Amino acid sequence: MLIPRPLRILYHIGLLRGLVVGIIAMIAGMILTNIVRAAFGMDTMDLMLPLKALFGSTVWQARTNPDTATEIVTGMGAIFFTLGFLAGVGSMNDWFAWSIGRKGGDGHFHPKEGIPTWTRYFSFDTNHKVVGIQYGLTSVLVLMVGGLFALIFRTELAQPGLQFLNNQQYNNYIGIHGLLMIAAVLLGVGALSNYLVPIMIGAQDMAFPRLNGFSYWIGVPAAILLLMALPMGGFDTGWTAYPPLSVKAPLGMQFVLLSIFILGFQSIVGSINLLVTIFMMRAPGMTWFRMPIFVWGVLAASLLQFTATQFFGLAFISVLIERWVNIPFYDPARGGNVTLYQHIFWFYSHPTVYIWVLPGLGVISEILPVFSRKPLFGYKPIALSSMAIAFMGYLVWAHHMFTSAMDPFLRLPFMLTTLTIAVPTGIKFFNWIGTLWGGKIHISTPMLFSLGAFILFLLGGLTGPPNGLVVTGIHLHDTHWVVAHFHITVFGGFLFSLLSAIYFWFPKMTGKMFNEFLGRVHFWFMFGGFATFALSLFRIGVLGMPRRYADYDSAWGFGSLNMLATIGAFAAGGSMLIFIFNMAFSARYGVKAAPNPWRSRSLEWQIASPVPEFNFSAIPEIVGHPYDYGLPGAVYAILSPEDQVAPLEDAYTPLDQPEAVGSGIAAVPVAGD
Amino acid sequence: MSTTALEPIAHHSTVIEHDGHHGGLIPIAPERQLQFNRLGMWLFIISETFLFAGILIMRIVLGRNEDGFTRPELSQSLGLLITSILLVSSFFVNRAEVAIKHNDRFQFNLSTFLAILLGLIFVGGVVYEWDEALNHFKPDGHIEGGLFFFMTGVHALHVITGVLFLLIVFFNGIRGHYSSKSHWGVESAALYWHFVDVVWVFFYVALYLIGTVPETVAH
Repeated sequence: MLIPRPLRILYHIGLLRGLVVGIIAMIAGMILTNIVRAAFGMDTMDLMLPLKALFGSTVWQARTNPDTATEIVTGMGAIFFTLGFLAGVGSMNDWFAWSIGRKGGDGHFHPKEGIPTWTRYFSFDTNHKVVGIQYGLTSVLVLMVGGLFALIFRTELAQPGLQFLNNQQYNNYIGIHGLLMIAAVLLGVGALSNYLVPIMIGAQDMAFPRLNGFSYWIGVPAAILLLMALPMGGFDTGWTAYPPLSVKAPLGMQFVLLSIFILGFQSIVGSINLLVTIFMMRAPGMTWFRMPIFVWGVLAASLLQFTATQFFGLAFISVLIERWVNIPFYDPARGGNVTLYQHIFWFYSHPTVYIWVLPGLGVISEILPVFSRKPLFGYKPIALSSMAIAFMGYLVWAHHMFTSAMDPFLRLPFMLTTLTIAVPTGIKFFNWIGTLWGGKIHISTPMLFSLGAFILFLLGGLTGPPNGLVVTGIHLHDTHWVVAHFHITVFGGFLFSLLSAIYFWFPKMTGKMFNEFLGRVHFWFMFGGFATFALSLFRIGVLGMPRRYADYDSAWGFGSLNMLATIGAFAAGGSMLIFIFNMAFSARYGVKAAPNPWRSRSLEWQIASPVPEFNFSAIPEIVGHPYDYGLPGAVYAILSPEDQVAPLEDAYTPLDQPEAVGSGIAAVPVAGD
Repeated sequence: MSTTALEPIAHHSTVIEHDGHHGGLIPIAPERQLQFNRLGMWLFIISETFLFAGILIMRIVLGRNEDGFTRPELSQSLGLLITSILLVSSFFVNRAEVAIKHNDRFQFNLSTFLAILLGLIFVGGVVYEWDEALNHFKPDGHIEGGLFFFMTGVHALHVITGVLFLLIVFFNGIRGHYSSKSHWGVESAALYWHFVDVVWVFFYVALYLIGTVPETVAH
């Protein structure tokens, strides 16, 4: 080998290759667009201008007040960057090979001589567990960046008056915070579903492993473009990008529109992959009603995701087209209709809440029975309520629009559908209480986070009807009450569940145990901090403080509550540092974990930790129900003896295993559904 | 998935060598992989349906104005012509698929070629139609004209994608890459083409047939 080893290793890091090829493609794309525009006699963009503005003192006017040439040339640059990145990462190599009639690779990981295996986590990889961990790491990274923006403007809001942000910066930061968090949550859903679904249904990988790797990597340029929005002049619309403001917003807006449009591809192909996997690759004997509840949650979420996301794409691309070629979709003077955007936008953006929450609620349903040592109460209602929520999710979008130009008559049906969705959600809550009731509850970090999620999502659910009712909704619309409501819903429904899931499956992913004490410290700071934040915000909102404003009058007397909310936000945000330290430290220096430390019955816990490359050496056979905890003699699955490294859970009695975590209260097994 | 997916994956024994503790990948039977592919393709088409349904909703909502429900002033004969051309191309795509199922290579190549040709004529027709329409309205004028360019543009983009798929199928076909047993590439490209075709039937109705042309159009 003539090339020195460090350079070879760098070359085998797909991320770096993607960035290099992407930037070359971006420059080529911008020059090409300029040439084509010049050939058709249209005005071109001075490509040196951004560089001059960066290194000199020139002001790049087009940043805040973009002309069409700048928009289209930078936009095409962004599109070429994405394509170049995806090609450079190597995510499309096999597809290229097939399309020119070559055989292509086999789609599986082969270690290369002299290249360390950690590079596979930064390269295109088709193994669903690697893809899941890639999603997870990116999700936490984006979560931290998004959270940082939140802390910045939350500090600004702590006191009346403008301290260190101006209005434009405030608008930029709330918008980028919202979109980064949405991206982070979608990536988190991808992490959980990619890692867990194939193992839970007894498959060796996803149905389309290459598409799986591709769907992760398309999210990376999208995230980069999203962050590019700030240096490109920002955007003052907030995450909803309502026209006509978004049509006139600075150049950063178009990076947001493009980024989210590209992220949509990830959602669509990722969810189609999951659907085919769940439909076709379940192990023999795994009927629909023997699937783990988490898989039901992912199934329902994917059904929403692969259809509704198209509307998000349509909403954003139509704004982009209005910016680029001035088709007046949202210009009433030329026959456009601004309310139409809100309909299209919310037709995705309301269901997206269920896309996040359904897998999250699935995680809670997985964890509660394990730590209560009891069968899951009401398996079928919980499973079907996910499907009901997904179906109802399509029918509620206009409750975001009670104060818009929509026909007031439509408020009533949407109010009714909105309130109806509380029924399937309530089914979940009652069944969770049924699961906990009389159980032998072990309090451990994953269980703490699941119980925290339970409480927060309950609060989020109960504060929903006042928004959904027209009378109160109009008063609460665009106040901090709404901000508190959706934050508590997403924290309870997804973020706490995600953290719970990370703690719960951490021993499975790494083979190491996390530090329980730090986990609990993380929980109490996070829960206490977030509850303080949300409850203060509810109060401020009811009193009438509007959202999206950088400043408020000190005479309103919101100062102390805002300060409290900021302190809470810092406590919650700071606790994430404990989490990251705990995860990073434990993954390297942690105690070796038993294959099944939580004594779960689920398939993934029966096999070795970390999970082998292809999960199972022989496809397991499912013979019973997944949640028959504490029922003597109940068997869930028969695995090949080679795979079954953990002792069978059914043989467990608390007296046999002195290392059992926590202390039990009641030990009477109760038969569930 | 055209060529590799249908061949049994023979490499898994090498993986066992790397890690003796557990087994390697159990190869997925070709028929099973084909089922995965079909389901995935149909789910993709359902997903795309939502996009085009959304665009049709935009057309319905934005078509209503002070003149009632209107449609842009377009050449009816040209619209009918390009619609017929696209429908006929779908016939040839189907013919190609049936031919490869019977291992009739000549018919397969010929029909694929004709379908590509008709698809390109359709795209040319849309470009000609745009050129004609620009005499009456501009994309940045009234929304009705803007929507015409948007809808035909989005659809033409899908047609061009379909033509690219058919070109891949054609060039692999003349080099003998498909057989009666293994032609998922042909099947998926055909399915996509039929879908794009069906979308046009709706778009044709939405743009050319429903609504009235107002008497006083601001040219």
